[in-house]
Amino acid sequence: MSGHSTYQPQGAFMKWMERRLPIVSLVHSSFVAYPTPRNLNYWWTFGGILSLMLMVQIITGIVLVMHYTPHETLAFSSIEHIMRDVNYGWLIRYLHANGAAMFFLAVYIHIFRGMYYGSYKDPREVLWILGVIIYVLMMATGFMGYVLPWGQMSFWAATVITNLFSAIPVVGETIVTWLWGGYSVGNPTLQRFFSLHYLLPFAIVGVVVLHVWALHVVGQNNPTGVEPKSEKDTVPFTPHATVKDGFMMVVFLIVYAWFVFYLPNYLGHADNYIPANPAVTPAHIVPEWYYLPFYAILRAIPDKLMGVIALFASILILAFLPWLDTSKVRSARYRPLYRQFFWIFVAVCIGLGWLGAKPAEGGYVIAARVLTFYYFAHFLIVLPLLGMFEKTRPLPNSISESVLGGQSKA
Amino acid sequence: MTTMSSAEHTRRDFLYIATGAVGAVGAAAVAWPLVSQMNPDASTVAAGAPIEVDLAPVAEGQVIKVFWRGKPIFITHRTKKEIDDARNVTVASLPDPQSDEQRVKPGKDQWLVLVGICTHLGCIPIAHQGSYDGYFCPCHGSVYDTSGRIRSGPAPTNLPLPPYEFVSDTKIRIG
Repeated sequence: MSGHSTYQPQGAFMKWMERRLPIVSLVHSSFVAYPTPRNLNYWWTFGGILSLMLMVQIITGIVLVMHYTPHETLAFSSIEHIMRDVNYGWLIRYLHANGAAMFFLAVYIHIFRGMYYGSYKDPREVLWILGVIIYVLMMATGFMGYVLPWGQMSFWAATVITNLFSAIPVVGETIVTWLWGGYSVGNPTLQRFFSLHYLLPFAIVGVVVLHVWALHVVGQNNPTGVEPKSEKDTVPFTPHATVKDGFMMVVFLIVYAWFVFYLPNYLGHADNYIPANPAVTPAHIVPEWYYLPFYAILRAIPDKLMGVIALFASILILAFLPWLDTSKVRSARYRPLYRQFFWIFVAVCIGLGWLGAKPAEGGYVIAARVLTFYYFAHFLIVLPLLGMFEKTRPLPNSISESVLGGQSKA
Repeated sequence: MTTMSSAEHTRRDFLYIATGAVGAVGAAAVAWPLVSQMNPDASTVAAGAPIEVDLAPVAEGQVIKVFWRGKPIFITHRTKKEIDDARNVTVASLPDPQSDEQRVKPGKDQWLVLVGICTHLGCIPIAHQGSYDGYFCPCHGSVYDTSGRIRSGPAPTNLPLPPYEFVSDTKIRIG
Protein backbone atom coordinates (compact mmCIF):
# COMPACT_ATOMS: atom_id res chain seq x y z
CA MET A 1 0.00 0.00 0.00
CA SER A 2 1.35 3.38 -0.85
CA GLY A 3 1.19 6.34 1.46
CA HIS A 4 -1.18 9.29 1.39
CA SER A 5 1.77 11.47 0.54
CA THR A 6 5.25 10.76 -0.65
CA TYR A 7 8.20 12.03 1.24
CA GLN A 8 9.90 15.12 -0.19
CA PRO A 9 13.39 15.62 1.22
CA GLN A 10 13.98 19.15 2.46
CA GLY A 11 17.38 20.76 2.47
CA ALA A 12 20.58 19.95 0.67
CA PHE A 13 21.83 17.22 3.03
CA MET A 14 18.54 15.33 3.07
CA LYS A 15 18.38 15.44 -0.72
CA TRP A 16 21.99 14.25 -0.90
CA MET A 17 21.18 11.41 1.50
CA GLU A 18 17.95 10.46 -0.25
CA ARG A 19 19.81 9.79 -3.49
CA ARG A 20 22.30 7.51 -1.68
CA LEU A 21 20.28 5.76 1.05
CA PRO A 22 16.56 6.49 1.05
CA ILE A 23 16.13 5.40 4.66
CA VAL A 24 14.24 8.53 5.75
CA SER A 25 11.65 8.09 3.05
CA LEU A 26 11.33 4.41 3.98
CA VAL A 27 10.59 5.33 7.60
CA HIS A 28 8.29 8.13 6.45
CA SER A 29 6.21 5.90 4.21
CA SER A 30 6.14 3.07 6.78
CA PHE A 31 5.45 4.95 10.00
CA VAL A 32 4.27 8.43 9.11
CA ALA A 33 2.29 8.50 5.90
CA TYR A 34 1.40 4.79 6.03
CA PRO A 35 -2.39 4.57 5.66
CA THR A 36 -4.00 2.79 8.55
CA PRO A 37 -7.71 1.86 8.65
CA ARG A 38 -9.61 4.62 10.43
CA ASN A 39 -11.60 2.20 12.61
CA LEU A 40 -8.73 0.40 14.40
CA ASN A 41 -9.50 -0.15 18.08
CA TYR A 42 -7.16 -0.53 21.04
CA TRP A 43 -6.70 -4.27 20.39
CA TRP A 44 -4.57 -3.18 17.41
CA THR A 45 -1.99 -1.49 19.65
CA PHE A 46 -0.36 -4.72 20.86
CA GLY A 47 1.93 -5.05 17.86
CA GLY A 48 3.63 -1.84 18.89
CA ILE A 49 3.66 -2.94 22.54
CA LEU A 50 5.34 -6.21 21.51
CA SER A 51 8.07 -4.34 19.62
CA LEU A 52 8.62 -2.24 22.72
CA MET A 53 8.81 -5.32 24.97
CA LEU A 54 11.29 -6.99 22.62
CA MET A 55 13.54 -3.95 22.93
CA VAL A 56 13.13 -3.89 26.73
CA GLN A 57 14.11 -7.57 26.93
CA ILE A 58 17.15 -7.13 24.69
CA ILE A 59 18.41 -4.06 26.57
CA THR A 60 17.90 -5.49 30.07
CA GLY A 61 19.29 -8.84 28.89
CA ILE A 62 22.49 -7.32 27.54
CA VAL A 63 22.97 -5.52 30.86
CA LEU A 64 22.37 -8.72 32.87
CA VAL A 65 25.00 -10.57 30.84
CA MET A 66 27.55 -8.02 32.05
CA HIS A 67 27.10 -9.47 35.55
CA TYR A 68 25.97 -13.05 35.03
CA THR A 69 28.23 -16.12 34.86
CA PRO A 70 27.00 -19.12 32.86
CA HIS A 71 28.58 -21.93 34.87
CA GLU A 72 26.94 -24.61 36.97
CA THR A 73 28.88 -23.66 40.10
CA LEU A 74 28.60 -19.89 39.63
CA ALA A 75 25.32 -19.16 37.86
CA PHE A 76 23.10 -19.20 40.93
CA SER A 77 25.44 -17.07 43.03
CA SER A 78 25.94 -14.63 40.15
CA ILE A 79 22.16 -14.09 40.10
CA GLU A 80 22.27 -13.36 43.84
CA HIS A 81 25.21 -11.06 43.13
CA ILE A 82 23.06 -9.19 40.64
CA MET A 83 20.21 -8.99 43.16
CA ARG A 84 22.31 -7.82 46.12
CA ASP A 85 25.54 -6.19 44.93
CA VAL A 86 25.11 -4.74 41.45
CA ASN A 87 23.76 -1.20 41.42
CA TYR A 88 20.08 -1.47 40.47
CA GLY A 89 20.75 -5.10 39.58
CA TRP A 90 17.52 -6.09 41.34
CA LEU A 91 15.60 -3.67 39.15
CA ILE A 92 17.15 -4.83 35.90
CA ARG A 93 16.63 -8.50 36.73
CA TYR A 94 13.02 -7.96 37.81
CA LEU A 95 12.42 -5.94 34.63
CA HIS A 96 13.78 -8.83 32.56
CA ALA A 97 11.96 -11.63 34.41
CA ASN A 98 8.61 -9.82 34.57
CA GLY A 99 9.22 -8.42 31.09
CA ALA A 100 9.13 -11.98 29.75
CA ALA A 101 5.73 -12.52 31.37
CA MET A 102 4.40 -9.19 30.04
CA PHE A 103 5.78 -10.05 26.59
CA PHE A 104 3.76 -13.27 26.60
CA LEU A 105 0.67 -11.49 27.95
CA ALA A 106 0.89 -9.05 25.04
CA VAL A 107 1.49 -11.79 22.46
CA TYR A 108 -1.53 -13.76 23.67
CA ILE A 109 -3.76 -10.68 23.35
CA HIS A 110 -2.24 -10.05 19.92
CA ILE A 111 -2.91 -13.65 18.80
CA PHE A 112 -6.49 -13.70 20.13
CA ARG A 113 -7.17 -10.36 18.44
CA GLY A 114 -5.99 -11.89 15.16
CA MET A 115 -8.32 -14.84 15.74
CA TYR A 116 -11.34 -12.70 16.63
CA TYR A 117 -11.06 -10.44 13.61
CA GLY A 118 -9.89 -13.15 11.17
CA SER A 119 -6.61 -11.37 10.54
CA TYR A 120 -5.01 -14.60 9.30
CA LYS A 121 -7.22 -14.90 6.22
CA ASP A 122 -6.33 -14.30 2.60
CA PRO A 123 -4.10 -12.34 1.87
CA ARG A 124 -2.52 -12.35 5.36
CA GLU A 125 -1.57 -16.06 5.65
CA VAL A 126 2.18 -15.47 5.43
CA LEU A 127 1.93 -12.58 7.87
CA TRP A 128 0.14 -14.92 10.31
CA ILE A 129 2.64 -17.79 9.85
CA LEU A 130 5.54 -15.41 10.49
CA GLY A 131 3.75 -14.51 13.70
CA VAL A 132 3.50 -18.19 14.67
CA ILE A 133 7.25 -18.55 14.01
CA ILE A 134 7.93 -15.55 16.26
CA TYR A 135 5.78 -17.13 18.96
CA VAL A 136 7.65 -20.46 18.76
CA LEU A 137 10.99 -18.60 18.94
CA MET A 138 9.68 -16.68 21.96
CA MET A 139 8.79 -19.93 23.70
CA ALA A 140 12.24 -21.38 23.07
CA THR A 141 13.92 -18.18 24.22
CA GLY A 142 11.79 -17.89 27.34
CA PHE A 143 12.44 -21.51 28.28
CA MET A 144 16.20 -21.22 27.89
CA GLY A 145 16.26 -17.95 29.82
CA TYR A 146 14.38 -19.60 32.67
CA VAL A 147 17.15 -22.22 32.91
CA LEU A 148 19.94 -19.68 33.36
CA PRO A 149 19.50 -18.86 37.11
CA TRP A 150 20.22 -22.58 37.72
CA GLY A 151 17.76 -22.92 40.56
CA GLN A 152 15.68 -26.01 41.21
CA MET A 153 12.92 -24.99 38.79
CA SER A 154 15.52 -24.05 36.16
CA PHE A 155 17.24 -27.41 36.41
CA TRP A 156 14.10 -29.50 36.36
CA ALA A 157 12.48 -27.44 33.61
CA ALA A 158 15.57 -28.13 31.52
CA THR A 159 15.37 -31.83 32.37
CA VAL A 160 11.67 -32.24 31.61
CA ILE A 161 11.63 -30.19 28.41
CA THR A 162 14.75 -31.78 26.91
CA ASN A 163 13.32 -35.19 27.81
CA LEU A 164 10.36 -34.44 25.54
CA PHE A 165 12.72 -35.39 22.72
CA SER A 166 13.41 -38.78 24.32
CA ALA A 167 9.89 -39.74 23.22
CA ILE A 168 11.13 -39.90 19.60
CA PRO A 169 11.42 -43.61 18.70
CA VAL A 170 14.90 -45.12 18.20
CA VAL A 171 17.02 -41.95 18.09
CA GLY A 172 15.37 -40.15 21.05
CA GLU A 173 18.05 -40.95 23.65
CA THR A 174 20.86 -40.04 21.25
CA ILE A 175 19.23 -36.69 20.51
CA VAL A 176 18.77 -35.92 24.21
CA THR A 177 22.43 -36.74 24.99
CA TRP A 178 23.42 -34.46 22.12
CA LEU A 179 21.20 -31.66 23.44
CA TRP A 180 22.66 -32.03 26.94
CA GLY A 181 26.30 -32.46 25.93
CA GLY A 182 26.48 -35.10 28.66
CA TYR A 183 24.58 -37.96 30.23
CA SER A 184 22.34 -35.59 32.18
CA VAL A 185 21.55 -31.87 32.29
CA GLY A 186 24.78 -30.21 33.40
CA ASN A 187 27.27 -27.48 32.73
CA PRO A 188 27.47 -28.02 28.94
CA THR A 189 23.67 -27.71 28.81
CA LEU A 190 23.72 -24.45 30.77
CA GLN A 191 26.40 -22.94 28.57
CA ARG A 192 24.72 -23.76 25.27
CA PHE A 193 21.37 -22.53 26.57
CA PHE A 194 23.05 -19.27 27.53
CA SER A 195 24.55 -18.91 24.06
CA LEU A 196 21.20 -19.59 22.38
CA HIS A 197 19.27 -17.41 24.79
CA TYR A 198 21.49 -14.53 23.70
CA LEU A 199 21.14 -15.40 20.02
CA LEU A 200 17.42 -16.10 19.61
CA PRO A 201 16.11 -12.61 20.47
CA PHE A 202 18.05 -11.28 17.50
CA ALA A 203 16.53 -14.03 15.36
CA ILE A 204 13.16 -12.80 16.63
CA VAL A 205 14.08 -9.26 15.57
CA GLY A 206 14.80 -10.63 12.10
CA VAL A 207 11.43 -12.39 11.83
CA VAL A 208 9.69 -9.31 13.25
CA VAL A 209 11.15 -7.31 10.37
CA LEU A 210 9.67 -9.86 7.95
CA HIS A 211 6.37 -9.75 9.88
CA VAL A 212 6.18 -5.94 9.60
CA TRP A 213 7.26 -6.10 5.97
CA ALA A 214 4.49 -8.60 5.18
CA LEU A 215 2.06 -6.41 7.12
CA HIS A 216 2.99 -3.39 5.06
CA VAL A 217 2.54 -5.32 1.83
CA VAL A 218 -0.98 -6.57 2.56
CA GLY A 219 -2.06 -3.77 4.89
CA GLN A 220 -3.67 -4.01 8.28
CA ASN A 221 -6.89 -5.85 8.88
CA ASN A 222 -9.52 -3.87 10.82
CA PRO A 223 -12.53 -4.56 13.05
CA THR A 224 -14.92 -4.86 10.09
CA GLY A 225 -12.64 -7.19 8.16
CA VAL A 226 -13.52 -5.20 5.03
CA GLU A 227 -10.49 -4.01 3.06
CA PRO A 228 -10.04 -0.22 2.77
CA LYS A 229 -11.49 0.88 -0.57
CA SER A 230 -10.87 4.60 -0.71
CA GLU A 231 -8.91 7.39 0.93
CA LYS A 232 -11.89 7.93 3.22
CA ASP A 233 -11.32 4.52 4.83
CA THR A 234 -7.82 5.27 6.06
CA VAL A 235 -5.95 7.85 8.08
CA PRO A 236 -2.17 8.48 8.12
CA PHE A 237 -0.22 6.42 10.69
CA THR A 238 1.11 9.63 12.23
CA PRO A 239 -0.45 11.11 14.25
CA HIS A 240 -3.44 8.75 14.51
CA ALA A 241 -1.81 5.37 15.12
CA THR A 242 1.33 6.72 16.79
CA VAL A 243 -0.61 8.46 19.53
CA LYS A 244 -2.95 5.50 20.00
CA ASP A 245 -0.04 3.05 20.18
CA GLY A 246 1.88 5.39 22.43
CA PHE A 247 -1.02 5.81 24.83
CA MET A 248 -1.50 2.04 25.17
CA MET A 249 2.25 1.50 25.60
CA VAL A 250 2.16 3.81 28.60
CA VAL A 251 -0.87 2.03 30.08
CA PHE A 252 0.85 -1.31 29.51
CA LEU A 253 4.08 -0.06 31.09
CA ILE A 254 2.13 1.01 34.19
CA VAL A 255 0.84 -2.55 34.64
CA TYR A 256 4.36 -3.87 33.97
CA ALA A 257 5.87 -1.47 36.52
CA TRP A 258 3.24 -2.53 39.06
CA PHE A 259 4.49 -6.12 38.80
CA VAL A 260 8.16 -5.08 38.83
CA PHE A 261 7.88 -2.88 41.91
CA TYR A 262 5.08 -4.47 43.94
CA LEU A 263 4.82 -8.15 42.90
CA PRO A 264 8.23 -8.98 41.38
CA ASN A 265 8.09 -12.65 42.36
CA TYR A 266 4.36 -13.19 42.03
CA LEU A 267 4.65 -14.91 38.65
CA GLY A 268 7.73 -16.94 39.60
CA HIS A 269 8.24 -19.96 41.81
CA ALA A 270 9.86 -19.92 45.25
CA ASP A 271 11.65 -23.19 44.42
CA ASN A 272 13.83 -21.36 41.93
CA TYR A 273 15.57 -19.63 44.85
CA ILE A 274 16.95 -23.07 45.82
CA PRO A 275 20.17 -23.92 43.95
CA ALA A 276 19.85 -26.71 41.37
CA ASN A 277 20.06 -30.17 42.91
CA PRO A 278 20.19 -33.10 40.50
CA ALA A 279 19.30 -35.54 43.30
CA VAL A 280 15.91 -34.08 44.24
CA THR A 281 12.99 -33.09 42.04
CA PRO A 282 10.72 -30.47 43.64
CA ALA A 283 7.45 -32.03 44.71
CA HIS A 284 5.35 -29.88 42.42
CA ILE A 285 7.01 -28.72 39.24
CA VAL A 286 5.10 -26.48 36.89
CA PRO A 287 6.27 -24.26 34.07
CA GLU A 288 5.81 -20.49 33.95
CA TRP A 289 2.18 -19.45 33.53
CA TYR A 290 2.52 -18.74 29.82
CA TYR A 291 3.30 -22.39 29.03
CA LEU A 292 0.64 -23.90 31.30
CA PRO A 293 -2.04 -24.66 28.64
CA PHE A 294 0.46 -26.69 26.63
CA TYR A 295 1.73 -28.41 29.76
CA ALA A 296 -1.85 -29.43 30.55
CA ILE A 297 -2.19 -30.90 27.05
CA LEU A 298 1.07 -32.85 27.51
CA ARG A 299 -0.14 -34.34 30.79
CA ALA A 300 -3.66 -35.03 29.58
CA ILE A 301 -2.49 -37.77 27.21
CA PRO A 302 -1.66 -40.99 29.06
CA ASP A 303 0.96 -42.04 26.50
CA LYS A 304 4.41 -40.45 26.47
CA LEU A 305 4.97 -40.18 22.72
CA MET A 306 1.38 -39.15 22.00
CA GLY A 307 1.54 -36.56 24.79
CA VAL A 308 4.61 -34.97 23.24
CA ILE A 309 3.05 -35.07 19.77
CA ALA A 310 -0.11 -33.42 21.12
CA LEU A 311 1.97 -30.72 22.81
CA PHE A 312 3.80 -29.79 19.62
CA ALA A 313 0.68 -30.21 17.48
CA SER A 314 -1.25 -27.80 19.70
CA ILE A 315 1.24 -25.06 18.79
CA LEU A 316 1.86 -25.97 15.16
CA ILE A 317 -1.86 -26.20 14.38
CA LEU A 318 -1.92 -22.40 14.62
CA ALA A 319 0.11 -22.21 11.40
CA PHE A 320 -2.69 -24.01 9.54
CA LEU A 321 -5.44 -21.75 10.86
CA PRO A 322 -5.77 -19.76 7.59
CA TRP A 323 -6.88 -22.94 5.81
CA LEU A 324 -8.82 -24.57 8.67
CA ASP A 325 -11.17 -21.58 8.93
CA THR A 326 -13.25 -21.92 5.79
CA SER A 327 -15.43 -18.83 6.28
CA LYS A 328 -15.03 -16.02 3.76
CA VAL A 329 -16.05 -13.43 6.35
CA ARG A 330 -13.12 -12.24 8.45
CA SER A 331 -14.45 -10.38 11.44
CA ALA A 332 -16.33 -12.12 14.27
CA ARG A 333 -18.56 -9.02 14.31
CA TYR A 334 -20.42 -10.43 11.35
CA ARG A 335 -20.16 -14.07 12.42
CA PRO A 336 -22.68 -14.59 15.26
CA LEU A 337 -21.83 -18.26 15.82
CA TYR A 338 -18.07 -17.92 15.45
CA ARG A 339 -18.12 -15.13 18.00
CA GLN A 340 -19.56 -17.53 20.60
CA PHE A 341 -17.15 -20.32 19.69
CA PHE A 342 -14.28 -17.84 19.88
CA TRP A 343 -15.08 -17.00 23.49
CA ILE A 344 -15.54 -20.69 24.32
CA PHE A 345 -12.08 -21.26 22.84
CA VAL A 346 -10.59 -18.47 24.96
CA ALA A 347 -12.24 -20.00 28.05
CA VAL A 348 -10.85 -23.44 27.11
CA CYS A 349 -7.32 -22.03 26.79
CA ILE A 350 -7.61 -20.33 30.19
CA GLY A 351 -9.10 -23.52 31.64
CA LEU A 352 -6.19 -25.56 30.29
CA GLY A 353 -3.81 -23.03 31.84
CA TRP A 354 -5.52 -23.41 35.19
CA LEU A 355 -5.38 -27.22 34.94
CA GLY A 356 -1.71 -27.08 33.96
CA ALA A 357 -0.94 -25.60 37.36
CA LYS A 358 -2.88 -28.32 39.21
CA PRO A 359 -1.47 -31.74 40.12
CA ALA A 360 -2.00 -34.40 37.45
CA GLU A 361 -4.50 -36.54 39.31
CA GLY A 362 -8.17 -37.49 39.52
CA GLY A 363 -10.70 -35.01 38.18
CA TYR A 364 -8.03 -32.60 36.95
CA VAL A 365 -6.79 -35.18 34.43
CA ILE A 366 -10.31 -35.89 33.18
CA ALA A 367 -11.03 -32.17 32.82
CA ALA A 368 -7.70 -31.67 31.00
CA ARG A 369 -8.63 -34.46 28.57
CA VAL A 370 -12.01 -32.90 27.82
CA LEU A 371 -10.49 -29.46 27.25
CA THR A 372 -7.60 -30.88 25.19
CA PHE A 373 -10.15 -32.58 22.95
CA TYR A 374 -12.05 -29.32 22.61
CA TYR A 375 -8.88 -27.37 21.85
CA PHE A 376 -8.19 -29.54 18.82
CA ALA A 377 -11.89 -29.83 17.92
CA HIS A 378 -12.07 -26.02 17.68
CA PHE A 379 -9.51 -26.07 14.86
CA LEU A 380 -10.34 -29.36 13.20
CA ILE A 381 -14.13 -29.59 13.52
CA VAL A 382 -15.72 -26.28 14.57
CA LEU A 383 -13.86 -23.90 12.24
CA PRO A 384 -14.14 -25.97 9.03
CA LEU A 385 -17.86 -26.62 9.62
CA LEU A 386 -18.77 -23.09 10.70
CA GLY A 387 -17.59 -21.73 7.38
CA MET A 388 -20.08 -23.99 5.63
CA PHE A 389 -23.13 -23.65 7.86
CA GLU A 390 -22.91 -20.28 9.57
CA LYS A 391 -25.27 -17.55 8.38
CA THR A 392 -23.18 -14.42 8.54
CA ARG A 393 -24.48 -10.88 8.94
CA PRO A 394 -24.28 -8.49 5.98
CA LEU A 395 -20.94 -6.72 5.70
CA PRO A 396 -20.76 -2.93 5.43
CA ASN A 397 -19.85 -1.62 2.00
CA SER A 398 -16.81 0.11 3.37
CA ILE A 399 -15.01 1.00 6.57
CA SER A 400 -16.18 4.61 6.39
CA GLU A 401 -19.79 3.49 5.99
CA SER A 402 -19.54 1.32 9.10
CA VAL A 403 -17.89 4.09 11.10
CA LEU A 404 -19.77 7.14 9.85
CA GLY A 405 -23.08 5.54 8.94
CA GLY A 406 -25.19 7.74 6.63
CA GLN A 407 -22.62 10.53 6.55
CA SER A 408 -20.30 8.59 4.28
CA LYS A 409 -22.84 8.80 1.48
CA ALA A 410 -22.67 12.57 1.54
CA MET B 1 29.95 -12.85 -28.11
CA THR B 2 27.98 -15.55 -29.78
CA THR B 3 25.11 -17.21 -28.00
CA MET B 4 25.79 -20.74 -26.86
CA SER B 5 23.19 -23.34 -27.57
CA SER B 6 21.85 -24.77 -24.31
CA ALA B 7 22.51 -28.34 -25.44
CA GLU B 8 26.22 -27.71 -25.68
CA HIS B 9 28.42 -28.25 -22.65
CA THR B 10 30.52 -25.24 -21.92
CA ARG B 11 33.43 -24.57 -19.61
CA ARG B 12 31.01 -22.51 -17.50
CA ASP B 13 28.78 -25.57 -17.03
CA PHE B 14 31.78 -27.53 -15.85
CA LEU B 15 32.85 -24.80 -13.43
CA TYR B 16 29.29 -24.50 -12.16
CA ILE B 17 29.03 -28.22 -11.34
CA ALA B 18 32.58 -28.47 -9.99
CA THR B 19 32.08 -25.44 -7.73
CA GLY B 20 28.77 -26.78 -6.50
CA ALA B 21 30.23 -30.21 -5.77
CA VAL B 22 33.24 -28.85 -3.87
CA GLY B 23 31.01 -26.45 -1.99
CA ALA B 24 28.60 -29.21 -0.97
CA VAL B 25 31.42 -31.44 0.28
CA GLY B 26 32.95 -28.50 2.12
CA ALA B 27 29.64 -27.59 3.76
CA ALA B 28 29.16 -31.17 4.93
CA ALA B 29 32.73 -31.31 6.25
CA VAL B 30 32.15 -28.15 8.28
CA ALA B 31 28.70 -29.22 9.47
CA TRP B 32 30.04 -32.41 11.04
CA PRO B 33 32.29 -30.77 13.67
CA LEU B 34 29.61 -28.15 14.35
CA VAL B 35 27.13 -30.90 15.18
CA SER B 36 29.63 -33.15 16.92
CA GLN B 37 30.88 -30.47 19.34
CA MET B 38 27.54 -30.65 21.10
CA ASN B 39 27.99 -34.31 22.04
CA PRO B 40 29.58 -35.21 25.42
CA ASP B 41 33.17 -33.97 25.47
CA ALA B 42 36.26 -35.97 26.46
CA SER B 43 36.14 -34.87 30.09
CA THR B 44 32.47 -35.78 30.40
CA VAL B 45 33.14 -39.17 28.83
CA ALA B 46 36.13 -39.71 31.17
CA ALA B 47 34.02 -38.76 34.18
CA GLY B 48 31.57 -41.46 33.11
CA ALA B 49 34.02 -44.23 34.09
CA PRO B 50 32.77 -47.11 36.30
CA ILE B 51 32.42 -46.52 40.04
CA GLU B 52 32.54 -49.00 42.93
CA VAL B 53 30.01 -48.91 45.74
CA ASP B 54 30.36 -50.67 49.08
CA LEU B 55 27.02 -52.17 50.07
CA ALA B 56 27.98 -53.32 53.59
CA PRO B 57 26.66 -50.19 55.39
CA VAL B 58 23.28 -50.27 53.62
CA ALA B 59 20.71 -51.58 56.12
CA GLU B 60 17.74 -53.70 55.14
CA GLY B 61 14.93 -51.45 53.89
CA GLN B 62 17.33 -48.61 53.14
CA VAL B 63 17.74 -46.87 49.77
CA ILE B 64 20.97 -45.08 48.95
CA LYS B 65 21.59 -42.73 46.03
CA VAL B 66 24.90 -42.57 44.24
CA PHE B 67 25.75 -40.61 41.11
CA TRP B 68 27.13 -42.20 37.99
CA ARG B 69 27.40 -40.15 34.79
CA GLY B 70 25.41 -37.41 36.53
CA LYS B 71 22.48 -39.79 36.93
CA PRO B 72 21.21 -40.81 40.34
CA ILE B 73 21.50 -44.58 40.91
CA PHE B 74 19.14 -45.99 43.53
CA ILE B 75 20.56 -48.96 45.43
CA THR B 76 17.82 -50.59 47.49
CA HIS B 77 18.40 -53.22 50.14
CA ARG B 78 14.98 -54.83 49.85
CA THR B 79 13.10 -56.46 52.70
CA LYS B 80 11.59 -59.94 52.40
CA LYS B 81 8.15 -58.35 51.98
CA GLU B 82 9.34 -56.09 49.18
CA ILE B 83 10.84 -59.03 47.30
CA ASP B 84 7.65 -61.06 47.77
CA ASP B 85 5.50 -58.13 46.61
CA ALA B 86 7.61 -57.83 43.49
CA ARG B 87 7.30 -61.54 42.70
CA ASN B 88 3.62 -62.06 43.45
CA VAL B 89 2.40 -60.45 40.24
CA THR B 90 1.32 -61.82 36.91
CA VAL B 91 4.19 -60.62 34.75
CA ALA B 92 2.09 -60.61 31.59
CA SER B 93 -0.32 -58.10 33.13
CA LEU B 94 2.39 -55.45 33.57
CA PRO B 95 2.63 -52.48 31.17
CA ASP B 96 6.30 -53.35 30.52
CA PRO B 97 6.40 -57.10 31.30
CA GLN B 98 9.55 -58.16 33.11
CA SER B 99 9.91 -60.57 36.02
CA ASP B 100 11.63 -59.47 39.20
CA GLU B 101 14.29 -62.18 38.65
CA GLN B 102 15.28 -60.47 35.41
CA ARG B 103 15.89 -57.23 37.27
CA VAL B 104 18.33 -58.47 39.94
CA LYS B 105 21.52 -60.51 39.88
CA PRO B 106 21.07 -64.25 40.61
CA GLY B 107 21.30 -64.97 44.35
CA LYS B 108 21.26 -61.24 45.14
CA ASP B 109 17.51 -60.85 45.35
CA GLN B 110 17.75 -58.25 48.11
CA TRP B 111 19.81 -55.80 46.02
CA LEU B 112 17.89 -53.73 43.49
CA VAL B 113 20.04 -51.31 41.51
CA LEU B 114 18.14 -48.80 39.36
CA VAL B 115 18.72 -45.64 37.38
CA GLY B 116 16.59 -43.32 39.53
CA ILE B 117 15.20 -41.33 36.62
CA CYS B 118 11.56 -41.51 35.71
CA THR B 119 11.23 -42.87 32.17
CA HIS B 120 8.54 -40.29 31.44
CA LEU B 121 10.33 -36.94 31.46
CA GLY B 122 13.36 -37.47 33.67
CA CYS B 123 12.30 -36.44 37.17
CA ILE B 124 13.67 -38.25 40.24
CA PRO B 125 11.09 -40.59 41.80
CA ILE B 126 10.70 -40.76 45.57
CA ALA B 127 11.40 -44.12 47.25
CA HIS B 128 8.89 -45.92 49.50
CA GLN B 129 5.94 -44.03 48.05
CA GLY B 130 3.00 -44.68 45.78
CA SER B 131 0.36 -47.37 45.91
CA TYR B 132 2.90 -50.19 45.42
CA ASP B 133 5.25 -48.81 48.10
CA GLY B 134 7.99 -48.73 45.49
CA TYR B 135 8.81 -45.44 43.81
CA PHE B 136 6.58 -42.53 42.92
CA CYS B 137 7.37 -39.71 40.52
CA PRO B 138 6.02 -36.38 41.82
CA CYS B 139 6.11 -34.67 38.44
CA HIS B 140 3.44 -36.49 36.49
CA GLY B 141 2.34 -39.24 38.84
CA SER B 142 4.07 -42.39 37.52
CA VAL B 143 3.99 -45.25 40.06
CA TYR B 144 6.70 -47.94 40.17
CA ASP B 145 6.64 -51.11 42.27
CA THR B 146 9.32 -52.59 44.54
CA SER B 147 11.07 -53.93 41.47
CA GLY B 148 11.12 -50.49 39.81
CA ARG B 149 8.56 -51.60 37.23
CA ILE B 150 6.03 -49.12 35.91
CA ARG B 151 2.54 -49.91 37.24
CA SER B 152 0.52 -46.78 36.45
CA GLY B 153 0.98 -43.26 35.11
CA PRO B 154 2.42 -41.82 31.89
CA ALA B 155 5.91 -43.39 32.03
CA PRO B 156 6.27 -45.88 29.15
CA THR B 157 8.86 -48.30 30.58
CA ASN B 158 10.32 -49.70 33.81
CA LEU B 159 13.09 -47.84 35.60
CA PRO B 160 16.22 -48.87 33.69
CA LEU B 161 18.99 -50.96 35.24
CA PRO B 162 22.49 -49.54 34.96
CA PRO B 163 25.21 -51.93 33.84
CA TYR B 164 26.73 -53.31 37.07
CA GLU B 165 28.32 -56.42 38.56
CA PHE B 166 29.22 -57.76 41.98
CA VAL B 167 32.98 -57.61 42.50
CA SER B 168 32.59 -59.15 45.95
CA ASP B 169 29.71 -60.14 48.18
CA THR B 170 29.20 -56.59 49.40
CA LYS B 171 30.63 -54.48 46.63
CA ILE B 172 29.35 -53.60 43.16
CA ARG B 173 30.90 -51.84 40.20
CA ILE B 174 28.54 -49.64 38.20
CA GLY B 175 29.42 -48.93 34.61
